[in-house]
Amino acid sequence: MTLPLELDRNDVDTDWLRTRHGSSHSVPEGGLAPPLRGAEPEHSLARHLYVHLPFCAHRCGYCDFVTVRGGGGQDGAYVDGLLTELALESQFLAREPETIFLGGGTPTFTEPAVLARLLQAMPATHELTVEANPETVTPALANLLREHGVNRISLGAQSFQPHLLEVLERRATPASVRLAYRTLRDAGFDNVSLDLIYGIPGQSSADLAADLAEALELGPEHLSCYELEAKVGTRFTHAYGDELARQGEAMEGYFELVVETLVGGGYRWYETANFCRTGDKRDLRARHNLGYWRGRDYLGVGVGAVSTVGERRWRNAPSLRGYLGALAQATRPARELEILDNDVKARERVLLGLRLDEPLATAGLGAALDGAAVARMERLGFLQSSTTTGELALTVRGRFLGGGVTAEILT
Amino acid sequence: MDQAHIRNFSIIAHIDHGKSTLADRILQLTDTVAERDMKEQLLDSMELERERGITIKAQAVRVLWKGHQLNLIDTPGHVDFTYEVSRSLQACEGALLVVDAAQGIEAQTLANAYLAIENDLEITPVVNKIDLPQADPDGASSEIADLVGVDAGDVLRISAKTGEGVEAVLDAIVERIPPPRGDPEAAARALVFDSSYDQYRGVVAFVRVVDGRFESRDPLRAMAQGTRFEAEELGFLSPERRPVKMLEAGEVGYVITGLKDVSKLRVGDTLTCERRPAAAPLPGYKDVKPMVFAGLFPTDSDDYPELRDALERLKLNDAALFYEPETSQALGFGFRCGFLGLLHMEIIRERLEREFDLDLLVTAPNVAYRVQERPGGEWLEVHNPADMPRELEAVEEPYIRASVIVPKEYVGAVMELCNERRGRFDQLEYLSEERVHLTYELPLGEIVHDFYDQLKSRTRGYASFDYDLSGFREGTLVRVDVLVAGEPVDALSLIIHREFAYDRGKLLVERLRKEIPRQFFDVPIQAAIGARVIARETVKAKRKDVLAKCYGGDISRKRKLLEKQKKGKKRMKQVGGVDVPQEAFLAVLNLESDR
Repeated sequence: MTLPLELDRNDVDTDWLRTRHGSSHSVPEGGLAPPLRGAEPEHSLARHLYVHLPFCAHRCGYCDFVTVRGGGGQDGAYVDGLLTELALESQFLAREPETIFLGGGTPTFTEPAVLARLLQAMPATHELTVEANPETVTPALANLLREHGVNRISLGAQSFQPHLLEVLERRATPASVRLAYRTLRDAGFDNVSLDLIYGIPGQSSADLAADLAEALELGPEHLSCYELEAKVGTRFTHAYGDELARQGEAMEGYFELVVETLVGGGYRWYETANFCRTGDKRDLRARHNLGYWRGRDYLGVGVGAVSTVGERRWRNAPSLRGYLGALAQATRPARELEILDNDVKARERVLLGLRLDEPLATAGLGAALDGAAVARMERLGFLQSSTTTGELALTVRGRFLGGGVTAEILT
Repeated sequence: MDQAHIRNFSIIAHIDHGKSTLADRILQLTDTVAERDMKEQLLDSMELERERGITIKAQAVRVLWKGHQLNLIDTPGHVDFTYEVSRSLQACEGALLVVDAAQGIEAQTLANAYLAIENDLEITPVVNKIDLPQADPDGASSEIADLVGVDAGDVLRISAKTGEGVEAVLDAIVERIPPPRGDPEAAARALVFDSSYDQYRGVVAFVRVVDGRFESRDPLRAMAQGTRFEAEELGFLSPERRPVKMLEAGEVGYVITGLKDVSKLRVGDTLTCERRPAAAPLPGYKDVKPMVFAGLFPTDSDDYPELRDALERLKLNDAALFYEPETSQALGFGFRCGFLGLLHMEIIRERLEREFDLDLLVTAPNVAYRVQERPGGEWLEVHNPADMPRELEAVEEPYIRASVIVPKEYVGAVMELCNERRGRFDQLEYLSEERVHLTYELPLGEIVHDFYDQLKSRTRGYASFDYDLSGFREGTLVRVDVLVAGEPVDALSLIIHREFAYDRGKLLVERLRKEIPRQFFDVPIQAAIGARVIARETVKAKRKDVLAKCYGGDISRKRKLLEKQKKGKKRMKQVGGVDVPQEAFLAVLNLESDR
């Protein structure tokens, strides 16, 4: 596949992204396009592409993603905007990215023809994942995705308990979750991931055990299990914050229950919140997300999307109108730019790397690590370091406390 | 001036009974202060004094009335400054005893009236606020007449606010109060009844010349302390400084000493002239010792130098303030400070926070203890629970004689409170049909925690309270330590009667458990007397501490979250390998002072 809007690289200058060090600053809508001062070196090309589709039929109470309720016929214009942005940033992206991930929002809520147009415009890649909500999965949609090269689906099941789906304001029912899963299988998808949420207000440990049993029975290639984050400012926190605080201690064992059950069911706990089936010839880890956790560069397009290329990280402004307006003029949308110096980069490497079950190579990360704290965490049995290989890994117990241990050992 | 035309007097009154208003009215009536310069309550010069309606530092003002020189010596209005009050009274021949017509006599009035009587002062009783609708001038007059032993008809009735009857007060001062009777030809002697610090001119002493005369440039000596200096300037206040060449027997005025440290010239000392020194000082000098102690720590350890400078500056003006550096493992660098009493402590704390803009952590106050480590051993004074030996032979604590005046329906409540605080009933006396005067012996250590607030709340604010120290007595006291992960938290140690130790220890560890965030391991929190644990709680180890999900769009936010967590940890104090937020100590310290 080739980009539909291949702009001459000489038209675009990237210097503006490095002009200021220090904290983030916004670039006004309409962007800047001064003349070029030379092509980007090969090594800074991102090999992972994230495409954000913000539309949802309904905004779930706990959600704090950049989402827009309803498509309202804007899907077409939005996809035009995405493709324009992709063209504007093409100098940052490898010609054949390793992975592409369409997230949302609800990508599968997009008008099928428009979705098809977007998928067609995507460059060739090894892993093409699309997020889907169960209620949007029909045989027609599944076939459309298959036909356009999608080879991995991330299905937002969240729970199989009707009362908990209601609390989460999900539109799916337990039956529609199962049906969507079967539909995807029937369409030939052999790499499906299920999302589960635990720590839902009113969720008993029996409820959680039932969800896990149900997931194991379906047997997806991959499972993501998140603890519900009651984020400040969401409707959900407003409604359930107090109850969650009360339940906090009782739910402490839920994470352990998730890990024990899934590992017992033949899954590999390869990242803090992610599990993949073992016993398959394939490596079923999410290759796209592994890119993040291994500190790779990535390009993100779409409203609110984040990119990290070299020492620069930029986040598109969350305004849909602003986004569409700027790209209609073929200019960059308003952005926040963050310069990542070596120190920040090193800290992020530790923060991300320790989420994985593979050891973290600490070469070059010395300044970010507090040696005394590392030793202390080793004594507590949370961390193992190898002086010969210079690698650092959390123990199983340490992985349950990974956030705290990381905060402890970072300088 | 000829002593026959001099009158030296004080005004004794309870807070809010109108002392300052009366003083203001006197300044106006005698044309000492022009109408347009009149500020409300001119004598109380410090902002804090004005707000609290109390006088912290005494000053003296000279007014002229019908050919007489009247010196009004203002007295500090609170129990903590009893010694200063007694020195001020010693400088006078008479006192106006002012009582609110609606309130009647209060404990503080009583205490100061007794002091005046002890000093042989001629007391002129005055009932103030007769203009108030709820005034009961007859009732108040008869209470006050009984107290000082005069006919109720001799009690002056005035309204300092409207000025009604104030001229008669001035006349009464001249007629009733005797003139000074010093020897103008004897060797010079003057009583220092107050001092203040002038940043340009050093220590300014307020004095009452008893015998002889002082001239400017005289070489002087403070007889008790031995401090020598030159009288750089002599004068009187009217109400601003008016320099004179000479202060004579019977007169009241100031001496600018040029001394750089107020502690070199203590209240109660006697000044004499080096050229012809007096044989003996005036009686009654005491080296006043602080009785209440607390640790003061800056909330932000960077403010330590500011705190030190501020204490130094306050000390210039307050010889009774004591401080020495203290290092607490939990609270960092600070000072252990000694105060005359609780009000003194409150005033210092407020001035540090308000005038010097410092955020302070104040440990639970404790009293001075005397301890003997082995039989027949030396008695040591201990000012800090953390310094109290864990093994000891005997310990003594200061006691007070408390005086409470209360409407009779609250007698039960007051007795109950005093009994809870290890009080020993002494006496009950009816001041009138309605009002009762109770006296109790109480350990001062029981007063420093919330006694006054309790008294106020249990008597709906009707009780008035005063005390004086009655000496040290042996007590069944123990040192309770609070241990976090086996390590004592120095700032939380306390000395308490054995009987109360268990309950308080339990309360402390329960509170601390709630305040200490969960750690990677179980953290025992214990209260102990010596090696014996009397209460225990456990902060259970965390089982989970992860950032739920982290993808491309989350990384910056998660990183900042960790950095914030890290920063928060750096502000915490390490005790026994446990990170304890400063707020935890604060919460426990507040619990201590709220008890």
